[in-house]
Amino acid sequence: MRKLASHRLVWPAGVLLALLVANFLWNRNFFNVTILNGNLFGAPIDILRRAAPVVLVALGMTLVIATRGIDLSVGAVAAISGSWASMYIINSGDRTSVKVVLTAVGVALLIALVAGAWNGFLVSVLGIQPIVATLVLMVAGRGLAQVITNEKILYPDNTPAYKLIGGGYWLAVPFSILLAGAIFGLTALLTRRTALGTLIEAVGVNPEASRLAGVRSRSITWIVYIFAGLCAGIAGLMLTSNSTSADPNSIGLFIELDAILAVVIGGTSLAGGRFSLAGTLIGAFIIETMDTFVVIAISARSTDVFKACVVIVVCLIQSPEARAWVATLFRGGKTRPPVVMAAVTTTAAPVSASAAELTDIAGRVSS
Amino acid sequence: MLAGSGGPTAVPIVEMSNISMTFPGVKALQQVAFRLFPGEVHALMGENGAGKSTLIKALTGVYAIDAGTIVKSGQEVRFHGPAQAQAAGIATVYQEVNLATNLTVAENIMLGREPRRLGLIDFRAMRKHTRSVLAALNLDIDPGSLLESHSIAIQQLVAIARAVDINAEVLVLDEPTSSLDAREVAELFTVIRKIRDSGVAVLFVSHFLDQVYEIADRLTVLRNGELVGEYLVGDLPRIALISKMIGKELAALTELKQGTRREAAERVAGKSFLTANGLGKAGSVYPCDVEIYPGEVVGLAGLLGSGRTELARLLYGADRNDSGTTTINGAPVKLRTPRVALDNKIAFASENRRAEGLIGDLTVRANIVLAMQSERGWLRQIPRKQQDELADKYIKALDIRPTNPEALVRNLSGGNQQKVLLARWLITEPNLLILDEPTRGIDVGAKAQIQKLVAALSDEGMSVVYISAELEEVLRLSHRIVIMRDRHKIAEVVNTGVTVNDIMETIAAEAGQPA
Repeated sequence: MRKLASHRLVWPAGVLLALLVANFLWNRNFFNVTILNGNLFGAPIDILRRAAPVVLVALGMTLVIATRGIDLSVGAVAAISGSWASMYIINSGDRTSVKVVLTAVGVALLIALVAGAWNGFLVSVLGIQPIVATLVLMVAGRGLAQVITNEKILYPDNTPAYKLIGGGYWLAVPFSILLAGAIFGLTALLTRRTALGTLIEAVGVNPEASRLAGVRSRSITWIVYIFAGLCAGIAGLMLTSNSTSADPNSIGLFIELDAILAVVIGGTSLAGGRFSLAGTLIGAFIIETMDTFVVIAISARSTDVFKACVVIVVCLIQSPEARAWVATLFRGGKTRPPVVMAAVTTTAAPVSASAAELTDIAGRVSS
Repeated sequence: MLAGSGGPTAVPIVEMSNISMTFPGVKALQQVAFRLFPGEVHALMGENGAGKSTLIKALTGVYAIDAGTIVKSGQEVRFHGPAQAQAAGIATVYQEVNLATNLTVAENIMLGREPRRLGLIDFRAMRKHTRSVLAALNLDIDPGSLLESHSIAIQQLVAIARAVDINAEVLVLDEPTSSLDAREVAELFTVIRKIRDSGVAVLFVSHFLDQVYEIADRLTVLRNGELVGEYLVGDLPRIALISKMIGKELAALTELKQGTRREAAERVAGKSFLTANGLGKAGSVYPCDVEIYPGEVVGLAGLLGSGRTELARLLYGADRNDSGTTTINGAPVKLRTPRVALDNKIAFASENRRAEGLIGDLTVRANIVLAMQSERGWLRQIPRKQQDELADKYIKALDIRPTNPEALVRNLSGGNQQKVLLARWLITEPNLLILDEPTRGIDVGAKAQIQKLVAALSDEGMSVVYISAELEEVLRLSHRIVIMRDRHKIAEVVNTGVTVNDIMETIAAEAGQPA
């Protein structure tokens, strides 16, 4: 039992469970999943589907953050890839052609890959701080998307093959969920079945020691930014194909903040090092479930306040310092010897750091 | 030798007695006494881990002492934080200048004490005051210029001027000359003498012996956290100082059996594994030649800052050389990165275990297999079963505790961390193993285990480059010794009948004279 409680995913998972229960209490039909026209429908399915782009972006973000980096440009990359694909399909004239859609998707992903490689180049070769390096593309990327779309809002609808990515179904399940799930599985496989995960963590914990141990930290860093770009590209396709309109100004707007939030809620520290893909997944689900709850139970004006409150609760219960403090309250004052406290704080340092960062982001998201 | 108009008077300005400090697992200071008199330059001497910086931090309020007393101007004081020490007149200038480089010289000197007029900062008065402070030290620096526009040397002088201006009675200079050239050092010394002559007690820490003998009036030697003694500089020849700093080897260390060792000369026969010609790097090591033969231990002897670590880093490609060539087994190789060295079967365990060795948040197992894994590339992960076998094998062989391979390496003691690092390199089966201070800061038992291991490895044919501050340790293990001083290789001796004294004499010989 104690071992279970000490697992780092217990708290985020608990919060997710609490949110689901709250949703259920508010709306007894919350968990009802029906089959309509042979496809699954229901609130849980909606949450999963809406979480799909955030999950994708957050996956890339997890690896980037594990190397002590951050990628602010993912929203802009999503906008570029989504608007390029839409533009190509519209200009092709033949919206029913699968070949056109495949080309559009392929080239859009190639662009996303190049964007990621550019970020990786700035960070790993030129040694620019990640937050600054990716800020470049974050700002320039939306402009680039504007140029691609000629500053117009595009309507790539009536394109069945393209619609499939974000809004279609396959085997009764929304295709975006399957796609996000598949990429999640692939990432897990790639990081845990090869040595990539360990090497990413090593670079994140101690870059100099890793270099001296012969780790090619430059190419590792490069790989994670490329991966983050690719994930953002796929997310951009999902978002545009589902919304039937591509406005480069709004595709994936602030998705980078949601992604960072998901990563940190999932217990990966912004200081780099050990990461948890499953934690990120839970984090993304928490964000989306929260949004659903907000829509049905809370007035639109106070939604951000509610979100911020939940985020603060998540980070407080993840902070061993806060938990120790609460424990002393229940035990009747500060009777615990200071030595024990000291020991708790030392082991707690990385986690509590991430908690502090979390409050920080919570502030940004809700502002 | 006691120059200076003030000269030490009978009453010390600072007297520390019976100072003890303990960190988890380490006795950093044991019953150390230390005095400072007004109007003297006092050098604090000792090798790595001797307790110099701990003592300075105790004096300047960074650490709270566990036991002992600090008496300042006749009154017992207890500092909680550096601000209190500064208020008591003890100013510190660290190796890395801790001023705001984006502010002007005047703003830095007056930081926190800005003259005001009608509630606003009076910049004119500030510059005027700064000019007079700098003039008093014969320094020609524009008070309105940005600090970052000046060299490190000037920044250091500004920091000293600030200390003088806040009426410091004690000025602590921690390695102030480590990044200065000869001319800058001379300028610094002029200022130090001026300050000393005005009655300030200057505590000077440096590992450059020439500089200590030039500037200091008295010196205190520490070793392994204990006081060795306090001496007038004139009474202590260099050779005596070095032997006091390095000391005698601990009796608890077992003697290695001489019987199993092949003759030193025999090892140097045949073809060399690595040959470096004119290997050097500007600002780090002057070009020198090194040859390393299979199955021999080459000791790098020299004091801290002599270039011993820097040379080792060049041999591993941790730093890139800018002169010279290297060949391995006769073929020319450019050791540009650690990765190239690793591919050429060279391994390097840094003296700085925490910053440059261990991945603290990963497990013992992950740390042990890291170098082997990076050699294989990320695609070909070492199967988990093999990882477990390797970890278990080396945990047993090197007696690593705790024996749990899944323990986080940052929670291990220093000696065990060192063994984890050794294991990391040993499983790559290197031909040349470079060990920089592998026994520093670890307990006697682990020390003996590591020394035995080195001897055994070289008997099996591995080449080892061994660096240690303890000359006896270098002598005991090495077949050949390269002696370094002031970033030059000054001598190379085959270890037959060489004594610690011989090496100390070589190091102590006046710079400029042939050793």
